[in-house]
Amino acid sequence: MFNIVEKRRWYFLFSAVLIALSIAVMVASTVKFGQPMRLGIDFTGGSIFVLKFDQTVGEDDIRAVFADYGLESAIVQPRGAPEEHIWQVRTREVTANEVGSLLATLEERVGKIDRDALTFDTVEPAVGGEVTRAAALAILVASLIIVAFMWFSFRRVPHAFRYGVCTIAGMLHNVIVSFGFYALMGILAGWETDALFLTAILTVIGFSVQDVIVVFDRIRENIPKHKKEPFERVVNRSILETIHRSLATQLNAMFVMIAIILFGGATIKPFISTMLVGMVSETYSAIFIAVPLLVVWEKVAARRGVARAMA
Amino acid sequence: MKKSETWQLAVIIIIALAALYVDLNIEHPDWVKNLVFWQPAAQRDIALHRGLDLQGGLQVLLAADVHEGQKLEAVSMETARRIVENRVNSLGLAEPVVQAQGERRIIVELPGIENPEQAVETIKGTALLEFVDAGNISLPPGTVVTTTLGGPQVTPPGTEMPPTAESPITATQPTPPPSPGRMTYETIFTGAALKNVGLDRTQQGEYIIPFELNPDAAEIFSDYTASHVGQYLCIVLDKEVISCPVVKDHIPGGQASISGKFTFDDARQLAIQLRYGALPVPLRVESFNRIGATLGAESVQKSIRAGAIGLVIVLLFMLIYYRLPGSVADVALIIYVLINFALYKLAPITLTLPGIAGFILSAGMAVDANILIFERMKEELRRGRGLMTAIEIGFSRAWPSIRDAQISTLIICAILFLFGTNFGASIVKGFAITLAIGTVVNVFTAVFATRAFVRQIAASAGQWVSEHQWLLGV
Repeated sequence: MFNIVEKRRWYFLFSAVLIALSIAVMVASTVKFGQPMRLGIDFTGGSIFVLKFDQTVGEDDIRAVFADYGLESAIVQPRGAPEEHIWQVRTREVTANEVGSLLATLEERVGKIDRDALTFDTVEPAVGGEVTRAAALAILVASLIIVAFMWFSFRRVPHAFRYGVCTIAGMLHNVIVSFGFYALMGILAGWETDALFLTAILTVIGFSVQDVIVVFDRIRENIPKHKKEPFERVVNRSILETIHRSLATQLNAMFVMIAIILFGGATIKPFISTMLVGMVSETYSAIFIAVPLLVVWEKVAARRGVARAMA
Repeated sequence: MKKSETWQLAVIIIIALAALYVDLNIEHPDWVKNLVFWQPAAQRDIALHRGLDLQGGLQVLLAADVHEGQKLEAVSMETARRIVENRVNSLGLAEPVVQAQGERRIIVELPGIENPEQAVETIKGTALLEFVDAGNISLPPGTVVTTTLGGPQVTPPGTEMPPTAESPITATQPTPPPSPGRMTYETIFTGAALKNVGLDRTQQGEYIIPFELNPDAAEIFSDYTASHVGQYLCIVLDKEVISCPVVKDHIPGGQASISGKFTFDDARQLAIQLRYGALPVPLRVESFNRIGATLGAESVQKSIRAGAIGLVIVLLFMLIYYRLPGSVADVALIIYVLINFALYKLAPITLTLPGIAGFILSAGMAVDANILIFERMKEELRRGRGLMTAIEIGFSRAWPSIRDAQISTLIICAILFLFGTNFGASIVKGFAITLAIGTVVNVFTAVFATRAFVRQIAASAGQWVSEHQWLLGV
């Protein structure tokens, strides 16, 4: 029988490297931008304009108009193909009363704006802070409820608590890897966190138990069936028996997510990509981290038990 | 085959056909529309509603501008919401949305509006409270009327704002010619004339709303009531009738009260409306967001394409990998898609871009339950069990895992929904709703429907299937 659990040290090492890399990217992002992930206006407050002009326009002209409105620190960037003349401008928040005249001035001094393609978004800084706090709370509460649910669900299995804790370990793994991925994309492609990023993280947390549950379920079923086998073998057997299903499910989820990333709208690409990374991490961490951890715990506890018995 | 299983099959087929019928992009007959009794009677419809990010428009999030700890009464927020709704309706847009979000926020969605300045002024402008002479007819609350101070404002984008209550107007104002086919009601006095508005209870236990008028209006009121006993004096807020009390007696001195069969909440709401006319809670614009119409249309197209491609790949995968049971799962998945869309139309659920993503994702995950069941079936078959036994074990053993996975998804959906609601983040909400609906529908199609189909096949062609094991992918 192929033994996954036996080689657990290698998987633990791989994950440790992965997590270290994720944290390193977040540190790099903090050094570069002052934030572990580039925070979007949903969290910091501010305004973003996406302007599509009907001709080639000068970046400095756009900047000059914003400066006249007291928005000297506006970040002006081209977006999309050059022939589309699309520009994105990020500034501190512009009030509703200013938008109309700002756009009129832009048309007068820079070029005609395609109003049908015009997009802008403004969030007050105060709300941004509130959203950030609520987001942190949502992540914490979601994790706690899911873990409590796992514990409850496995309450009849010996050491149900361990199943809960091992699930947390896998969940943390997935969240850190997803954060690291987003931070990396922030550095490489300028991705900024928004409400959808939070949605992706919460979804990853929710799906963090999907594969763990199936393996744990099988362990629960296999323990009474194979009473003579050591725990490690029962666990390994359970992983092998369920791995087909985990991979098949994962493949299907990947198919649809890749389809959305390749063919869907640009605005949800970061959202779905983060979810995809989180889900792949989830399947991996369930089989190679969370479940083997259960074995480690069992062994440590057994050794202690023996030590106590000998003392 | 057992009788109960025939029934199950019949139920599944009827539901699938009904869903297909609802999904069809046709004008459904009125009697069908009337079946969706949970929708407000006036606007029952079976249609897909596109969110702002798919049709383009302006979204404004308003928050009560009060101190952090200050308590907000639900009634005043609801009144504020209604006033905002009236004003938004006056813009004459197709399908505007005005919804309370959490305890202290109101979200306003204005499809097709571009200029946030105009929208904000419309929303925050002062409401106009009028007392109009309705003659002998009691106008039901909600009636939109034209008064001597103007009619329902259908302000095309970019033109002037509705009149405000600040203009000092008395009943002596000349009456403009009434528009054809519509009655113009005479405004006796406006909310500006109200000095005090209270809330009281009579000895009989009825709630009444005593009020006091300033001297000028008191005189007008006295003259009016002297000659109009038994007639109706309707209270109109932003051209919408909110109450229509009858004049019982001549009232000199400017002190009177409105009575009626009010509940406490009704009376209080009316008192708030009389007292403030304008918004009972000061509102602040917290965020606004505008999406271009062409971007929305592009998003719809791309989402449909992405969804179709993703779905076809999943269907093919299931068919190739699981063969006969896979084809059953495919049928279940198609029913799943039909039911989901039917529910979006019936509920109705407003579809947003993340909402569609949530749906596509849920379709990809929907086959998980089938995969769990089929893998278990294959295992049991390899152990040499008979087809029927393998099927039953497959379903019963896979169930706890399916159930636990669904519950954890629903927990996350609930948290996302709460978060989205509190901050007016309708995109987050949209994702949570479609994912949650998908999760529930999934139990029906992937477990209940698939089981009925598989049992049916096993019962009618079990022998043949057992002889062709490749069909089962073992």
